[in-house]
Amino acid sequence: MAAHESTCVPKSRFGKWMDVRLPIGRLVHDQLVDFPTPRNLNYLWTFGSILSFFLMLQILTGIVLAMHYQPSAADAFDSVVRIDRDVNFGWLLRPLHAVGASMFFLAVYIHIFRGLYYGSYKAPREILWIIGVLIFVAMMAAAFLGYSLPWGQMSFWAVTVITNLFSSLDDVIPGLGTTVVQWLWGGYSVTGVTLNRFFSLHYLLPFVIVGLVGLHIWALHVVGQNNPTGVDIKTKSDAVTFYPYATSKDAVGIFGFMILFLWFVFFLPDYLGHADNYIPADPLVTPPHIVPEWYFLPYYAILRAIPSKLFGVIAIFSSLGVLLFVPWLDTSLVRSTKYRPFYKWFFWLLVLSCLALGYLGSKPADGAYVIWARVFTAYYFAHFLIVLPLMGLIERPKRVPGSITEDVLGPEGTAGAAATGKKG
Amino acid sequence: MAIDVVEPDRRDFLTLAAGTFVAVGGAISLWPFIDQMNIDAGAQSLASIEIDIAPVVVGQAITVMWRNKPVFIRHRTKEEIEKALAVDVKDLPDDIARNEGLPASALATDGNRTKPGHENWLIMVGICTHLGCIPKGQTLSDKRGDFDGWFCPCHGSHYDTAGRIRKGPAPRNLEVPIYEFITKTKIKIG
Repeated sequence: MAAHESTCVPKSRFGKWMDVRLPIGRLVHDQLVDFPTPRNLNYLWTFGSILSFFLMLQILTGIVLAMHYQPSAADAFDSVVRIDRDVNFGWLLRPLHAVGASMFFLAVYIHIFRGLYYGSYKAPREILWIIGVLIFVAMMAAAFLGYSLPWGQMSFWAVTVITNLFSSLDDVIPGLGTTVVQWLWGGYSVTGVTLNRFFSLHYLLPFVIVGLVGLHIWALHVVGQNNPTGVDIKTKSDAVTFYPYATSKDAVGIFGFMILFLWFVFFLPDYLGHADNYIPADPLVTPPHIVPEWYFLPYYAILRAIPSKLFGVIAIFSSLGVLLFVPWLDTSLVRSTKYRPFYKWFFWLLVLSCLALGYLGSKPADGAYVIWARVFTAYYFAHFLIVLPLMGLIERPKRVPGSITEDVLGPEGTAGAAATGKKG
Repeated sequence: MAIDVVEPDRRDFLTLAAGTFVAVGGAISLWPFIDQMNIDAGAQSLASIEIDIAPVVVGQAITVMWRNKPVFIRHRTKEEIEKALAVDVKDLPDDIARNEGLPASALATDGNRTKPGHENWLIMVGICTHLGCIPKGQTLSDKRGDFDGWFCPCHGSHYDTAGRIRKGPAPRNLEVPIYEFITKTKIKIG
């Protein structure tokens, strides 16, 4: 297990003095230097570091953009144009922030599917997983609030449509939805008052995310990292130290991802956005085809797949809520999908469904598009509520290696190491 | 194992009372932080507006702003009125009039969506009851949907010539605000 004896021995006089007062050096040494990391981690495990990098980048670029941005209905649009054209390096800082948000989601989706594939949510990592889901929800809220700030047509109508999701509460208790929505707006419709408060909350949420990430990493360091075999660390030869092995691999992952990110920032800064958002917000004209940013498209498809307003909204929230129960919905005794020959196909079917919903969310809501959106929405929920519990009961998994070392070096390689005899 | 039953004493009472006061006080002191987000006094002092509708000829429609919301005013043609009258209220997805000037239980007949004697005028808030988009249908070139009224392009809701929802995800008919005819060609909304 990951809980390991501290090997920190402060050498300097200041280090010894500090160690009995605030052992921050010991914390860094134990958690970021000497921390035991499974020796078989692949590049999918670098996404945690990539995400930390993006969180810091979003906060840094956000703080400097806020120095030039005006959160009022009259000035917001112009101030964003001014950042693009006049502010020194504004042409770079705004795309870093806007494209950064997109890349943050790309990375988090890979991170989530990595967790689903290798069973990283299974005991004892339930709390780690649940905190991760909460971070994801907070990220979605932060992205939505941030998208309102340029106050273009897409910003305005995204705010209108998404806040109106809550008006469906009128179908539960008449008047409740209207009360909630007007409270969110601070008016009878979306106005500059709404923009002002969204700016305030957009500035707040990243720090909430920082707090949640702190808990996420804490939980991770209590239970230790999962790995492609899903087998826990049992002997010293199963693990390497975090520094320099994991840190250097993470650095490669970050640099690789940066190439993609900066390619968009420098060459296609507006590719992931919508041209309509360069039209100032107009409360009298809804654009003919409104779609959210690409990372919300699957949820948008789920909303539109259901012909009832209330149930559409319930479906969109359930699609996130169901993730909280994944640790208990999966009945399989084996963590990693690598050793689950049948479940593997269902996993890729889930990935396909999410991609298909993303495509369908970008299309108009009629005809065959709606039918297919219903099919894939049905599978999305069936995967978690039916396939996951059932497969664990009926599937016969392949043999799981006895240890991480055995998986890496083969059975001969482990001959020297002390056999623990138990499978994970 | 013997269980000692201790009668609650003065200290228990004080702890419970103090805890209750802290909980109630804490909850009450949250209210200003929540209520500050509600509609402020300036926006609440809802101005009513007066509109001269004389220039709007039969078949034409105009959009005016009231409480920051678009209000649709359509001068309906004879065919449009007949089409709206021909519908059986029982067949509507929403059979309530949604007219602020009438009791909440009034049925969604064409008469209940308009004013007696002014049935050629249809006046309603032009916000789709699904997720708040502005439906198309105010200008002649707009797509008016399967029921020749309004069509919301966001998620495909179709409204008829009385502004009643007929097809699509919207749950309710378009809302009719409080308004009155001051003269034959002048209305006051609000």
